[in-house]
Amino acid sequence: MMESTWQTLAAWFGPAWPAVWVLLKIVVLLIPLMLAVAYLTFAERKIIGYMQVRIGPNRVGPKGWLQPIADALKLLFKEVIFPSQANKGLYVIGPIMALTPALLAWVAIPYGEGMWIANMNAGVLFLLAVTSLEVYGIIIAGWASNSKYPFLGAMRASAQMVSYEVAMGFALICVLLIAGSLNFQDIVHSQAQGRFAQMGLGFLSWNWLPLLPLAVVYFISGVAETNRAPFDVVEGESEIVAGHMVEYSGMAFALFFLAEYANMILVSFLTSIFFFGGWLSPVGFLPDGLHWLVIKAAVFLFLFLWFRATFPRFRYDQIMRLGWKVFVPITLIWLFVVTVWMLSPLSIWR
Amino acid sequence: MEFQTVVFYLFGAIAVAAALGVIVVRNPVHAALFLVLAFFSSAAIWLLLEAEFLAIALVLVYVGAVMVLFLFVVMMLDINVDRLREGFWSNLPLGLLVAAVLVVEMVLVLTGDFFRKWPAPAPLPADASNTADIGRVLYTVYAYPFEIAALVLLVAMVAAVSLTLRKRKDVRHLDPAEQVKVKASERLRVISMPAEKE
Repeated sequence: MMESTWQTLAAWFGPAWPAVWVLLKIVVLLIPLMLAVAYLTFAERKIIGYMQVRIGPNRVGPKGWLQPIADALKLLFKEVIFPSQANKGLYVIGPIMALTPALLAWVAIPYGEGMWIANMNAGVLFLLAVTSLEVYGIIIAGWASNSKYPFLGAMRASAQMVSYEVAMGFALICVLLIAGSLNFQDIVHSQAQGRFAQMGLGFLSWNWLPLLPLAVVYFISGVAETNRAPFDVVEGESEIVAGHMVEYSGMAFALFFLAEYANMILVSFLTSIFFFGGWLSPVGFLPDGLHWLVIKAAVFLFLFLWFRATFPRFRYDQIMRLGWKVFVPITLIWLFVVTVWMLSPLSIWR
Repeated sequence: MEFQTVVFYLFGAIAVAAALGVIVVRNPVHAALFLVLAFFSSAAIWLLLEAEFLAIALVLVYVGAVMVLFLFVVMMLDINVDRLREGFWSNLPLGLLVAAVLVVEMVLVLTGDFFRKWPAPAPLPADASNTADIGRVLYTVYAYPFEIAALVLLVAMVAAVSLTLRKRKDVRHLDPAEQVKVKASERLRVISMPAEKE
């Protein structure tokens, strides 16, 4: 049934079929992603509401379930205001540059055994390169707004993101050492081996156990990279209002918003893939599949919201201290430990 | 024309236009952003050559880190274009001399033996990883040059830090270890107080 449908479609489009096929895959990926972003904002308001003994949004639609749709419509119909002294071209490019890498990174993510849009042999490198571009959206927006708070926000953001990328990169080096590959499929497969996996206790053979400090460092750095609370000095509303987003309104603001939430989901997926076995099932008697990846990512997304409801904002010098004086040394020491461990007779990765 | 050729000319044209933009535009921030575009299109051309490691490393290192710091500095400069124009005529002869030397050097290199037309290499198999290839060569054949380069970079980094490090005595530093050690009882006292009656 499926096969014949594909063949009919392929015959219909002729030589354009490969391009159409890729576009179809992108649409199939983007629609759930955008819905997930919309309902993540809803979940955030609801969950933080319950944590603060409030109800959260409950008016639009049954139990408030249409709230994100209403928000999106409102932002669509609002006017995009250009400050008179702003650099017009760059002012428009800023939010676009913020959203593009946030969506582009999803190309490299594996969703299951053989499920991908692009299976690159240097997938992790590609992902690091794309996520390192995210800072441009913020810098360009901050500078092009031609006003003081956005500029301060952009400066804080670029310093913070560049600092935490170092710790993230070092944490990933250990994962790559263990997998012996830059390919996402290989990284997940490398977590399905070992004594525990054969005993049917797959969750003990995932990377989080031997690399526990790095899993923690990676996720916290991920929170810092996405500029979420408690690392949200970029838009610290008590000091610089909303940082680089001050001057933006309507859809231009919505693009920053989309990028931030898409990045949160991305970091959750990546933590699940690098340290928690991706789509692998935690126990032997249950089948692997995409649902495991989604469940694991959902747990990390909940952590994002929980952090926001729990921790007060870091001061700027505390952020820099945590990144450079705590996380980078931890990752360097663990890199040394893992290399020695791998070369010793006690290695568990043979 | 083959698809690859079209892509090559597209990115080649963007790279050249962006490189021109770097030296032509007046605003230094625009120039830096054009440089980013030039790096990016060069990376795309390297991808066409199946050098995916170098291409991605170019984006990761130069676009993702170096240019961010560059922009950081350039954005904070207050550049007066009129003052930059001063001394244009007095510096022109020196500039022309340097340009002439550069042109001669480039002609020598580009017409030399290295830039003759090489036959197109056979396409690599789909699962070839040039990350592994580069790693293998770097850590065996070129192990010593690689280590020396790493050491030179480390020394440069330490030197840069020590040059800019200023020890000031009048700054009151926070000691996080001390802050963490503080107990609630040292800062807060709970007193029981009888209810006041009127």
